[in-house]
Amino acid sequence: MKQFLMLLVFLFFMRPVMAELPVHDVVLQAEQTRIKVIQRASAATVAVFDANGEGGGSGVLISSDGYALSNFHVTAGSGVAMKCGLPDGKVYDAAIVGIDPVGDVALIQLLGRDDFPVAEIGDSDRVQVGDWAFVIGNPFLLADDFTPSVSYGMISGVQRYQYPAGTLLEYSDCLQTDAAINPGNSGGPLFDVSGKLIGINGRGSFEKRGRVNVGVGYAISINQINNFLSHLMGGRIVDHASLGATVSTEEDGRVVINDILESSDAYRRGLRYGDEIVQFAGRQITSANRLKNALGIFPPGWSVPLTYRREGETFDTFVRLMSLHDPNQLYTMIGQQEPRPLRPPEGEIPKPDDENEKKPKSIFPEFGRKKPKLPSAVAARYEQRRGYANYWYNLLKQENLWGHYREDDGQQLIGPSGGNLGWIIQGRLDGSNFDLQLYSQGAKLQSGRGKFEAKFTHDLERQLSPPRSGGLLLTLHLWHRMLEKGLRQYGEVSYLGQLPNGPAGELMDCLVGIYAGTEIRFLFSPENGELRGLEMFPDEQSDPCQIRFIRYGKMNGRRIPSHWLLQYGDEDPVEFEIETWEIGDES
Amino acid sequence: MSRRLCQWAWLPLLFFSAACPVFAGDWKTSLREAQAKVVKIYGAGGLRQLEAYQTGILISSQGHVLTAWSYVLDTEDLTVVSNDGRRWQAELVGSDPLLDLAVLQLPLDGEEVSFYDLQNYEKQQVFEGQRVLALANVFGIATGDEEVSVMQGVVTALAPLDARRGAYRSRYRGKVYVLDVSVNNPGAAGGALVDWNGRLLGVLGKELRSRTTGTWLNYALPMAGIQSAIKNMLSGDVRSKQTNASAVEAPLKAEDLGLVMIPDVLERTPSYIDSVRRNSSADLAGLRVNDLVVFVGDAPINSCRNLFEELLQHERDEEITISVLREAALLEFTLHADDSEVVEKATANTAQ
Repeated sequence: MKQFLMLLVFLFFMRPVMAELPVHDVVLQAEQTRIKVIQRASAATVAVFDANGEGGGSGVLISSDGYALSNFHVTAGSGVAMKCGLPDGKVYDAAIVGIDPVGDVALIQLLGRDDFPVAEIGDSDRVQVGDWAFVIGNPFLLADDFTPSVSYGMISGVQRYQYPAGTLLEYSDCLQTDAAINPGNSGGPLFDVSGKLIGINGRGSFEKRGRVNVGVGYAISINQINNFLSHLMGGRIVDHASLGATVSTEEDGRVVINDILESSDAYRRGLRYGDEIVQFAGRQITSANRLKNALGIFPPGWSVPLTYRREGETFDTFVRLMSLHDPNQLYTMIGQQEPRPLRPPEGEIPKPDDENEKKPKSIFPEFGRKKPKLPSAVAARYEQRRGYANYWYNLLKQENLWGHYREDDGQQLIGPSGGNLGWIIQGRLDGSNFDLQLYSQGAKLQSGRGKFEAKFTHDLERQLSPPRSGGLLLTLHLWHRMLEKGLRQYGEVSYLGQLPNGPAGELMDCLVGIYAGTEIRFLFSPENGELRGLEMFPDEQSDPCQIRFIRYGKMNGRRIPSHWLLQYGDEDPVEFEIETWEIGDES
Repeated sequence: MSRRLCQWAWLPLLFFSAACPVFAGDWKTSLREAQAKVVKIYGAGGLRQLEAYQTGILISSQGHVLTAWSYVLDTEDLTVVSNDGRRWQAELVGSDPLLDLAVLQLPLDGEEVSFYDLQNYEKQQVFEGQRVLALANVFGIATGDEEVSVMQGVVTALAPLDARRGAYRSRYRGKVYVLDVSVNNPGAAGGALVDWNGRLLGVLGKELRSRTTGTWLNYALPMAGIQSAIKNMLSGDVRSKQTNASAVEAPLKAEDLGLVMIPDVLERTPSYIDSVRRNSSADLAGLRVNDLVVFVGDAPINSCRNLFEELLQHERDEEITISVLREAALLEFTLHADDSEVVEKATANTAQ
């Protein structure tokens, strides 16, 4: 009792002392800044549920028209439609857009507004160990009104590699934080101290302490997601990349190729068994893990600079990465993943309704347990097709890209009505004149290098003249064919995503057309939709014929690509300067 | 008291370092320097919940590494990897069973390493409420030249450790820094607890649970409490198993001493005494049921099998010392098997 009285007396006297304790302005300002940063970041944070309003994870809005990032393992069980809650307390329908099952990323679109609050995108390559960071999301589905929870912490590690959980879900080059990431935080944002989005939380190390945070959580870096974002926007099921070679770390620390596929671009660029990989995509490679990290952030088709060493000599090259999985293998693996989304593989943050735990009640009781019909807003934006999460978004991208091109530059090369119009192109090549005639059945090229011809009636993949061009005439023919036939009659057409092109690695929107076993890629500038190049693959194991349109010019009132750069494999590039380009009836 | 409150008032500054650029640059440099002094250790284990890795702290220019004494070290193939990717085969120099600490030696051959100079260690004042950083290879996340993980937290108390590992009470019961963050994860044992200037404050202990609540504990052993033990381990407290077995004519057995160990049913059954035969030399010397045998002479003992093998290295008529842990104390006993012989017979007769 005496002690209690003394405590009361102590508190009585301490109260005014504590109240008057001076707090430095810097501290108060920092507090206010932090509050504002967290308020702004919270507004873009999404609570993600399946169409029944069950399950649950988090997400973050990245565009005002509702595109939001989450984890593949959060959306896997939902199928096409989701319900998303925002901190304003409102629920929105959302549609699946694209998925990256290996990287554990899903892109969804919230519907019903064009002024959604948006998270500011940061640069995860600049994040350092020791930086403060905070996690916002929906842990344990705490908030019935979708007001998200915030946990503050430190970046514990960068460029971390976490082996695939189960068959998929490999976390490469990820950020490690001690800010609490718990069940329900999956798919939600990791922000830096200024409120910029640096990662998507999705995984933690738990082991023997049960499935709650023990200070070790992982986020997929936003820079990795940026590389994949355009591919996801195209409604695709996106794979990750492979070098086409495996490596091992030697006793002396060298990272050496111990197996290589002869069909890989790495092999065609000269890499062989026993070569030491020194640098990859601008990173020093000092361990096999480092290579996995550097490789895991790119989609297939990406070209990266690579430096290797053989017998003391160093070689620099560019390597085009190939797919990590065979498409059918990937879809099968996803199929295996989907029926049991409630039992995430080890390492992955479980959803709060893990079957071992008590299931929370639906927050939308009106839907009950029954699988609802697709909400009309979602149904209007969904088209099923094998290989796609949602083909509707791919069609959208195709039509945006090609529609814009066809109505603008394209129609100047084919005429507004299309039809059987051929091309007669003349100009300078290697300091002398060239004459190129192209019509629907074949093409001829006459230049200082000789006369060359190609027929397009059958066996297209063999019509690769002139020699050492990779199929210049065929490439032009396929371009012409697409202009003539359009997206729906060309063959199989799809939007791939953005890939780097040219020596500067400029990102280009890539439209793919497959016809008679050949593949042509149309590369468009994301800034103005201009066609910047063509790539033609006669088969899967050959170098493409690449034509870059490095300049456009006016000719007889028409805007045409006036300077081309032809590149094939390791051959020297060849420049075509166009002087006249006639379009006329084939007869 | 007012000084303490002032310290508290400034804490939010640390919490939002971007607002204080002068501070920000310095401590990250300190952090990098501290990370360079922490190494990854790979050894025995690998079975479920027995991770084959832990953490260590470089404590001398000669390549001494302070770490936790555990099964991980029980191998000839003990690999230590620094944060710049260099790797060495380490040897156990000494161990302290009471603190569960050990010192390893790296064969540096003139290579330079960053290290905490414990010879000239300045005692650090650590107060409750102080912000600290824990550097350790938790969950084995870092490999090769990757840096160990960093976690931040607060010292919440300086309190005696009252913990258990499985069913066994932990040996160390001295004071530890209790932390508000889960630092003692798999692989963290032997990691460094540092202040925001990178100064070494303590060593992260093994995974332990509270004896009272069963919850996992977050703690570190204060440097102040382990300084002398480290000195002992460094200065010739080398406990080696090397004995020439072939020279032994009449090997000593546990029953010769009157010792019955608990049934040897595991790969590594802890060397607990199950019973002591009355009036045997063990009994007369003062050994008791539930004593954990940790040394025979200078040889560390980590299992019943290990104990039996070690005894066989000694002549039956040899005088030996056995060290045991009883409660929190390390006790040493000198035994002579012959002392019990007469008594043994007498007892046997009586029993008939």
